Amino acid sequence: MELGEQISRSGNCDSNSKGDCCISIELKQSGGVDFELESKVKVFYGKSIERLCRSILAFFSVENAVIAIKDNGALPYVIAARIESAVKQLIVSEKEFLFDFLTDNLYQSNKDRFRFSRLYLPGNTPYMMINAGLHKPNGIILDLEDAVAVSKKNEARYIVRNALRSQNFNGAERMVRINQGELGIEDLAFIVPHNVHVILVPKCEFAADIYKIEEEIRRIKKREDLIQDIFLMPIIESALGVENAYEIAASSHNIVAVAIGLEDYTADLGVQRTNAGTESLYARMRVVNACHAAKIQAIDSVFSDVGDMEALAENVKRSKLLGFQGMGCIHPRQISVIHENFAPNWNEIERAKKIVNAFHESEKNGLAVVSVGTKMVDPPVVKRQLKVLELAINLGILSKDWRSKYVG
Amino acid sequence: MSVKLIENAVGRMVPTEINGQKAIPYMGIGKFIPKKRKYNSYISTNAEFPADGNKKVKNLKEALQKAGLANGMRISTHHHFRDGDLLANMVFDIAHEMGVKDLIWFPSASFPCHEHLIPYLEDGTISRIEGSMNGPLGKYCSEGKMKGVAVLRSHGGRYQAIQDGEVHIDIAVIGAACADPFGNANGLNGKSASGLLGFALADSQFADKVIVATDNMVAFPCVPWQIQGNYVDFTVEMDQIGIPEKIVSGTTQITKSPDRLLIAELTARFCEEAGIIRDGFSFQAGAGGTSLAIGKFFGRIMKEKGIKARFARGGSNKYLVQMLEEGLVEYILDGQTFDLEGVRSMRENPNHVWTSPFTSYNYHSKGNFAGMVDVAILGATEVDVNFNANVVTHSDGYLLHGIGGWQNCLFSKTVILPIPLFRNRIPVVRDEVTTICGPGELIDVIITERGIAINPLRKDLFRKLKESNLPIKSIHELKREAEEICGIMEKCVLSDEIVAAIKWVDGTVIDVVRKVL
Repeated sequence: MELGEQISRSGNCDSNSKGDCCISIELKQSGGVDFELESKVKVFYGKSIERLCRSILAFFSVENAVIAIKDNGALPYVIAARIESAVKQLIVSEKEFLFDFLTDNLYQSNKDRFRFSRLYLPGNTPYMMINAGLHKPNGIILDLEDAVAVSKKNEARYIVRNALRSQNFNGAERMVRINQGELGIEDLAFIVPHNVHVILVPKCEFAADIYKIEEEIRRIKKREDLIQDIFLMPIIESALGVENAYEIAASSHNIVAVAIGLEDYTADLGVQRTNAGTESLYARMRVVNACHAAKIQAIDSVFSDVGDMEALAENVKRSKLLGFQGMGCIHPRQISVIHENFAPNWNEIERAKKIVNAFHESEKNGLAVVSVGTKMVDPPVVKRQLKVLELAINLGILSKDWRSKYVG
Repeated sequence: MSVKLIENAVGRMVPTEINGQKAIPYMGIGKFIPKKRKYNSYISTNAEFPADGNKKVKNLKEALQKAGLANGMRISTHHHFRDGDLLANMVFDIAHEMGVKDLIWFPSASFPCHEHLIPYLEDGTISRIEGSMNGPLGKYCSEGKMKGVAVLRSHGGRYQAIQDGEVHIDIAVIGAACADPFGNANGLNGKSASGLLGFALADSQFADKVIVATDNMVAFPCVPWQIQGNYVDFTVEMDQIGIPEKIVSGTTQITKSPDRLLIAELTARFCEEAGIIRDGFSFQAGAGGTSLAIGKFFGRIMKEKGIKARFARGGSNKYLVQMLEEGLVEYILDGQTFDLEGVRSMRENPNHVWTSPFTSYNYHSKGNFAGMVDVAILGATEVDVNFNANVVTHSDGYLLHGIGGWQNCLFSKTVILPIPLFRNRIPVVRDEVTTICGPGELIDVIITERGIAINPLRKDLFRKLKESNLPIKSIHELKREAEEICGIMEKCVLSDEIVAAIKWVDGTVIDVVRKVL
């Protein structure tokens, strides 16, 4: 082997990359492991970083090497991911260096949970993951696709895998957006064994795209002896995908939602994306209808102007009126705006309380028909209002025993 | 030289002598009662001064010469021009040119622009700095390169030290945006306008010689006379005393960081739920990005509930001025003006009041208004499990910040420190802070993105927040959480050599800074 081929690098170390590090490893014939560390936190963590580094190299049986780390406050799981991805550029190994699962990360998800907001986090930018869960999104998405540069795709997988095990997301639903095609299938081995709840499938156009992914998930689950469900959220981002929306939505019982991606969709049509969204009305309606037909959630596209909270609020209100039940976000400040505007408002709650109360009253009195004032109320209306209240209770905007204080 | 060290009331080993002068170890809050008279300056007579009141001399050099600049003198300047200050650098350029040695620089604060003075520390023109140390000078001092020991004081402590005679100023050089030949001066008018000149008040009253320098000399009377010409010996007209765009720079934008906004929002909610935000209340508003965001959240809550504040203590800037003009705040009691909107408001609005460390902060007086403020929201580099806090050094021992008005503001009714639980893997909540600048008994609440810790002494706050959904935790829980995420820090070892002393508001020594290795 040429000497030049024996140096590998990974990570980010420009001065803006807080919470990250970059690593170079050069394999040697002899001389043991030579460790160099440049770090702002060297006084506090120099010894523990060296210990971690040496134990990873030993784990992969790298005995002679020069390893140089330039660190800017990276957490241990980030350093480990960077080292592992650098090592695996030099040697072939089936082994994985895994930290113990943080016990806080072992929670499960369920199919029906709310998905009002889901926060995109670039898969190769670990610093943005540290506090993401504190902003209380319903879900976080570690993105391996568009938010990761092509040359960084591989090292991002190690960050995402380690983050799934070691980074606390404070109860958010744990999602990963994989790449398209073959690259996406390869991504699965890095996430399926690590308690990912939902896998987002980008640029989905056919049910067959889903079948292929599910087949690989099944294979990994069997190999790893995993039993929990892994849900899917296809993202429809093309004219063809829109036409096949129901086929996709109904392609697997693991699909919990379908999202629409309007940047790519409008590009596919060759039209400008506007705030009013007239150009995508058909596509959105078609996706919403397909989702409701398949009894799953319909999720709207992200709103990209992160500085304009009022326009976002308007956008969410429109989205809710169309029948969407959630929206992606690209900035933590968007989360509360999305929650507030998808949540039932005061009028909706009051109306629901009135109808549900009438329903309970008539049940108590043995009446078959529910009436509010002089108006008869149909059973599906009652059912819908029960859902509104359930939502309000779960969101903490209505107390569970509201009826005890209710005066009609 | 071996100096005797004794343990002070916060358990720190401090010297009994600093730079050859007797030092009193910190004894606890309000425990040190100096039974003596204040220092006073010489009696001047009108006969020594021009009968027509024109005290103008040719240039700064002539003023310094006439003031008798000589080896070993203590020269004071002020930070009204912040990082745009040219005056302090010019003073020492002249001293260097004149071959004067061993000067003591006594600034009200230093800024990165004063890196210019490092060669003078090296060649002996300046022997030491007594004042808040920022950036490059702090680093220089931390590495043990300064000849004498730095002495850091709060803004109030600086006034106290001067009036008590702890610090004798030979020559005070006061830069002013506007002055008349008699020496009346203000910071309100002119291209170098910075608002007020409060930090120079004590110097004008107590220094042996007082020079007022301006790049905007007007005919008598220069009003308002924030500095009174009756205290002034010489006046100097210059082309430029500051760089305007740097005078009003600083962090005058609301933070866009989602994490800091989260901390700001938690702080505002805490104040709302604790009943601090109520009609007629008062608050201290800082100028950092997070503080500005807190002000904005305060404003939103006040508007919703129809609440008005009686006064805000600033650090004023456009956001606070907006609150004043919208009627959310009745008065701004301004200690330092951070942008041109603040300067404009102070010039035009009688309810935008300029203050000095005497009215706001001096602990050796018959009270000051810092204690009347309902809530002060301040920063810190570190906090320990006993709520002691540090604002001057980083965890690696480097002295990089000044005290400012921080210690003085601790006397407000509720002190809140909104801080991140860790910064780039370095936990902020620790077993022991590197340097104690403020005793824990004065610090009431720590608000981090991961939880809020209330000082156990504040049982009233616990009661008020009993039903709250806010993430109230113990300070130990916060510390543990930081360690779980960041790892346990290895101990940072510092040398025994003392490079700086931190004074408490009463002039006693609360802690020292040691040389980094």
